[in-house]
Amino acid sequence: MKSPDTEMPESLVEILTPSVAGRPALKVSNLNVHAGNHHILKNINLEIPENRITVLLGPSGCGKTTLLKCMNRLTDLYRELEVTGSITIGDDDILNSTTDLPALRQRMGLLSQRPYPLPVSIFKNVSYGLKLKGVRDKRLIAFSVEKHLREVGLWEEVKGRLNAPATSLSIGQQQRLCLARGLAVKPAIILADEPTSALDPTSSKIIENLFREIKKHYTIVLVTHVLRQAIRLADHVIFMHDGEIIEQGNPGELFENARSDKLRAYLIDGN
Amino acid sequence: MKRIKRVEEKFYIGLSALMTYSLIAVLAFIILVIFVKGFGALSWDMVVKVPKGGYYYGGEGGVLNAIAGSLYIALGATLIAIVIGMPAALYLNVHLIRYRRTQNTIRYFLDALWGIPSIVYGAFGFTLMLFFGMNASLLAGIITVALLISPIMVRTFDEVLSTIPKGLHEASLALGSTRSETAFRIIFKQGFSGFITAILLSFGRGIGDAASVLFTAGYTDNIPVNLDEPAATLPLAIFFQLGSPIPEVRDRAYASAIILTVIILSISLGARFLSKRYSKTNLK
Repeated sequence: MKSPDTEMPESLVEILTPSVAGRPALKVSNLNVHAGNHHILKNINLEIPENRITVLLGPSGCGKTTLLKCMNRLTDLYRELEVTGSITIGDDDILNSTTDLPALRQRMGLLSQRPYPLPVSIFKNVSYGLKLKGVRDKRLIAFSVEKHLREVGLWEEVKGRLNAPATSLSIGQQQRLCLARGLAVKPAIILADEPTSALDPTSSKIIENLFREIKKHYTIVLVTHVLRQAIRLADHVIFMHDGEIIEQGNPGELFENARSDKLRAYLIDGN
Repeated sequence: MKRIKRVEEKFYIGLSALMTYSLIAVLAFIILVIFVKGFGALSWDMVVKVPKGGYYYGGEGGVLNAIAGSLYIALGATLIAIVIGMPAALYLNVHLIRYRRTQNTIRYFLDALWGIPSIVYGAFGFTLMLFFGMNASLLAGIITVALLISPIMVRTFDEVLSTIPKGLHEASLALGSTRSETAFRIIFKQGFSGFITAILLSFGRGIGDAASVLFTAGYTDNIPVNLDEPAATLPLAIFFQLGSPIPEVRDRAYASAIILTVIILSISLGARFLSKRYSKTNLK
């Protein structure tokens, strides 16, 4: 992989670098989410360290995805969800009603369980976010598209057919395209919701290796229920069960000396 | 045992194929009959002239009055139905997404409306017309046909929208687009060819329906110039000519049927072509 920043014209650096100075860690305090009488997330307190892979681990339905969706306010789409508490980046509480949602979401790349390529060409999928940011310079857009397709290792595979529909790619390629598309808007944090669950082992491995590579530049929050993946990737683990954080810490300690019965049981089942 | 299963399998495949092809054969047969009976009577005059005196006794003229009336009514009604159908389908799919029961109740009513025979719409339109003191006119025809095809439009738009995954919506928002950018740039594009199909389906139903315009649009030998003038339509032109005791006039009924079929076919092909081109140019 090339180190793209070195070949970038000086004047363009500003547009292509993250919109916030420094990459902020994210802090969640007293977060509660209710859906009617159902208490989905119970008093969540955590910190996401910067330039690390933080893994949200736990069985299906424990609230991992909901927690992730709180971080870019996609929870707003679900009217029945009532979110209280605070999630801060720097000094900003993003749960504030005054938050500029498009700007917030451009700071948070999202990689979902299944790839959802936009119904446009491969090229336009990557340039979409830039255009939303108001970038009009064609040279700059082409530069950025190539840079990010290279970053996810897709450039060599697609450079001859950039105008083909994104849906013509294999599902593994689509997922990498979605990652490139997310990276193109220069997020500070990448939210990945079981990004390999629909992929074959080879494609999963490519995504995992990419995460290891790009964590130098990005903070990654990875939701997974696959224990082995957590062991392979995590710098920091948050184990959740039934809407609560049971344990958190660095993976070595957590996996070797699990204190709670729930984590011990999960470790046994997972292995 | 295995042998029996193989025979059974072959039998059912054969049966399915037979049903499929016989249906197509019937359609082909209908078109063949129309062409055989009507082609001799079809002339350029039929398409470019309005009925002259004595047309219905085999005299000179054509059915341009009905062609124009049908196109006016179908286009007007389709436009109104789009204006009603789009927001309604969006409301069903975006705002009511968490209210399954309301959603299904509305869908049930729309399906019921879809199933109501067009003569009932005709009668309803007629009642409305009398209530407002209107005469049989282009406007009354357009409104009645719009009522007839709106449920079709809403339900087909609705089906298209409901096949668009929520994940695509979220993906677009997560890239920093606003809700309306998501709706127009992504959701609309994703559903475009489905929307075209929905519009065509409604247009086809509207232009081909006789019962709803019988009392509401009336019939005239002239091309309507104002909304309050009566308008002729092709289905009614076919109906009236087919009832004639004169063989030449009956043949012209089939010729009018050819014209109606060609209009529907060419609009359908044209829209498909446009929809393909649209999606292609947008990929560049």
